[in-house]
Amino acid sequence: MSELIQSSQDLGTPPPRGTTGQVSLEIDGHEVSVSKGTSLIRAAAIAGISIPKLCATDSLDAFGSCRMCLVEIDGRRGTPASCTTSVEEGMVVHTQSGKLERLRKNILELYISDHPLDCDTCPADGDCELQDVAADLGVKDSRYGLNGLNHLGAEKDQSNPYFTFDPSQCIVCYRCVRACDDIQGTFALTGDGRGFASKISAGQMESFMDSECVSCGACVNSCPTAALEEKSVIKLGLPEKSTLTTCAYCGVGCTFNVETRGEEVIRMVPSKQGKANEGHACVKGRFAFEYYKHGDRITEPMIRDSIDEAWREVSWEEAIAFTARRFREIQAKHGRDSIGGITSSRCSNEETYLVQKLVRAAFGNNNVDTCARVCHSPTGYGLKTTLGESAGTQAFESVASADVVILIGANPTEAHPVFASRLKHRLREGARLIVVDPRKIALVDSPHVRAEHHLQLLPGSNVAFVNAMAHVIVSEGLADEKYVNERCEIPSWKIWSEFIMREENSPESLQSVTGIDATELRQAARLYASAGNGAIYYGLGVTEHSQGSTMVMGIANLAMVTGNLGREGVGVSPLRGQNNVQGSCDMGSFPHELPGYRHVSDPEVRTLFENEWQVKLQQDPGLRIPNMFDAAIHGNFKGLYCQGEDIAQSDPNTHHVETAMKSLECLVVQDLFLNETARFAHVFLPGSTFLEKNGTFTNAERRISMVRKVMPSRSGKEDWEITVDLANELGYPMTYSHPSEIMDEIARLTPTFTGVSYDKLNRLGSIQWPCNEEAPDGTPTMHVDEFVRGKGYFAITGFVPTRERSTRRFPLLLTTGRILSQYNVGAQTRRTANTVWADQDVLEIHPVDAEDRGINNGDWVGIKSRAGDTVLHAIVTDKVQPGVVYTTFHFPLTGANIVTTDNSDWATNCPEYKVTAVQVTRVTQPSEWQKQQQAFNRKQLAFLDKARGPGR
Amino acid sequence: MGENETEHLVSMANDIAANLGFHADADERIADHLRRFWAPRMRNILMGYADDGGKGLSENLVAALDKLRD
Repeated sequence: MSELIQSSQDLGTPPPRGTTGQVSLEIDGHEVSVSKGTSLIRAAAIAGISIPKLCATDSLDAFGSCRMCLVEIDGRRGTPASCTTSVEEGMVVHTQSGKLERLRKNILELYISDHPLDCDTCPADGDCELQDVAADLGVKDSRYGLNGLNHLGAEKDQSNPYFTFDPSQCIVCYRCVRACDDIQGTFALTGDGRGFASKISAGQMESFMDSECVSCGACVNSCPTAALEEKSVIKLGLPEKSTLTTCAYCGVGCTFNVETRGEEVIRMVPSKQGKANEGHACVKGRFAFEYYKHGDRITEPMIRDSIDEAWREVSWEEAIAFTARRFREIQAKHGRDSIGGITSSRCSNEETYLVQKLVRAAFGNNNVDTCARVCHSPTGYGLKTTLGESAGTQAFESVASADVVILIGANPTEAHPVFASRLKHRLREGARLIVVDPRKIALVDSPHVRAEHHLQLLPGSNVAFVNAMAHVIVSEGLADEKYVNERCEIPSWKIWSEFIMREENSPESLQSVTGIDATELRQAARLYASAGNGAIYYGLGVTEHSQGSTMVMGIANLAMVTGNLGREGVGVSPLRGQNNVQGSCDMGSFPHELPGYRHVSDPEVRTLFENEWQVKLQQDPGLRIPNMFDAAIHGNFKGLYCQGEDIAQSDPNTHHVETAMKSLECLVVQDLFLNETARFAHVFLPGSTFLEKNGTFTNAERRISMVRKVMPSRSGKEDWEITVDLANELGYPMTYSHPSEIMDEIARLTPTFTGVSYDKLNRLGSIQWPCNEEAPDGTPTMHVDEFVRGKGYFAITGFVPTRERSTRRFPLLLTTGRILSQYNVGAQTRRTANTVWADQDVLEIHPVDAEDRGINNGDWVGIKSRAGDTVLHAIVTDKVQPGVVYTTFHFPLTGANIVTTDNSDWATNCPEYKVTAVQVTRVTQPSEWQKQQQAFNRKQLAFLDKARGPGR
Repeated sequence: MGENETEHLVSMANDIAANLGFHADADERIADHLRRFWAPRMRNILMGYADDGGKGLSENLVAALDKLRD
């Protein structure tokens, strides 16, 4: 019997790791053949034989505590636990006998004697493994009675907003503790005491909220009873329906079962079949979904002639006609290139594809860009230049084969938590870690994980760092010359190796620039080059710099020179911020590229699209987002269709962005909420959440996964339908009846997608592109035999210091990032209970800098740059180094981007969010800008109230 | 830098020139980059600025703009 067909069943223990060969045995008279090392309980389950269990589950290693899964084996004494006993050739196993039944019943009765017999009113009634086992064994009462010592009066912990811990329901199976340790890797839960006194608690007998718990929910998922239970289940009852879909938060792209009751989401349960997450989740994906029904949702289209007047709710027809008329009037007056569109990484592949098609085919220009402009556009440029494809090289599971990991400018425990759990698992197995980050992120030193090197570089010195690493590798003879000679372009290698060998690139020469001790950098370089499989993971700390693209190329150089590309366990992996950053880039959202990263100047490519779309296309690139802002302020760009993005909050130099927004004659915002950008809009088109539409997302490992509609759209239209309506109103026909037809068109036009279809996605679960004739089931690892561009290209990565330097006036360097509980501009997570963990952005400042300024923990501080100033609370911490301060950008009223500048990456215009020279002072009141924002917000909300009427 | 579009474009172009200036064929690479990634309107503003004296444009950028005109 195949192990694959049992996918949704709990097989009791995980599959064996690192074993080869099959073992044949007999279980209850059935011949079974399984992999060597398989447990008996798993072998039996594969054969369709269910053995009772409580502490065993196939997401956790066997524990052997409940003694429920006892079996008998011919020729052996006793009754071993089938979860901790491995199969052996010729074994004859019995899972049922009078003796086993007596033993199991006795154990169960002991459990029941200390368990509330309230099944009828228990929230887990019908979803409780203890109840199931009791029913299977026919146990209703306990011969030990219910009046002995027990834990029935134990106090419930309700501190977490999403789940309760009821110790009276706990059977101390340790599944929660093991899930926290082995799956999540946080080690927040404790089992204390022995025998009757044993109990589970968070931290050191703390409440969940006071402990180290990160609310990933792995414990809740693993609990066999109602001891750990979602509050939504307690309040609303168990779900009735389950729909497999893909998370709408970060670039990990976890697969979830959305469990519903009618049109109410009861809970999100991570799917074991999801290849990105394999049954794990984080606090955002699992719990922070209530925003879909938040009162701030706007579900009616609205229009207005000026941003100084109230909104008017109108029909879809009127809103679309108004938009089309305005856009055509602008083009008639200011020219074809005077309007454009912005796609979003929060929207599906099909939606972003349609928006760029709308711009190119219906607007008739290439003025389309995406929010990836402000995060990972340098990844596209850098990896395309060096390796030939604008994408990460690995699947997430590849990290399980890594021997040394370099983590550069990424903070996965906060921003990509499910990947962080995979990484921590591998590190606990012995892989070694180098963290390159100006801040002391959690992975530098956390339970059972410690970075061997924390290279705490100064913001803005990434390229100097990567050059110094490469210098050590080449000059100390650590380059994999065989790999380089076989796989890379030799002329580029010769020029680059001569460049990198120059003394100016040595760690000693660059020490004063990077702030990294040369000796330690040399040790780190030697470790990466010689410890076996070397894998590099990076985030926005790499890309959001004036040399973001150069740094990406420097990383690719490092991987090529050490032969760390083209197999499992190695590679260059960008950790994408939002769920569909990869997809929005793949879909041709950049103004210079058609879908599949093909330049608009290529006549063959243009002809392909012109034939399919039946329209003539422009051959020159259009405007990128910052260029649109400049042109708008200059008066040449007048209309913008902005789908799913909040550029007024997320883009740098807010003054500049708001001036641009105010310069537009028609700003159309398609979103869930009246976001910061919508305050400047003339048309609001209400969008749909990921629960309300069909489509696909592509995660950071190029994995295309289905988004499935769980409930009708609250606005009456899925987002792709709005774009279709707008195109038709503009006179460009679009006739899709389902997103699958859009994907079929993408597949017809894009060589890396030719094998992709909804049918195949439904069949395989997910597909990593390229998926075509050569790779019909997709491509987990790229560049295996050769690079996409043929030979790898070593790019010269000369260090050019940023113009943004600390001065006497602005002596500190501000760098920005994210926190676990909030997501991006916070539009979704701010409208959930996640605000209990963070309800404002704060400024981290080193104790030395704080003392110099008389700043104490919690003080209001003003932060000022040459672009603007804002006020927020200070946290005094040594997570940041002296001279560096840090904040996040999740809350609009903090306005972190009022401070960031319009400096950007030289190649892509990705903003330099990570380096801003600032001064910080203690203050007593909000900034002038914040006061103005609050007044402007009040005015705009009043305009909204007028449209919606009282009480809505 | 400020809200002046030309000033911004000059600054961006100088950044491109500085970063591609490490190559022996920098002029051609800079011109190619502007051709492949800049909208015609942006290139035209920059070339207009160069024609008006081009104050502050780096040397290899000026050479690249000459190639762009070819």
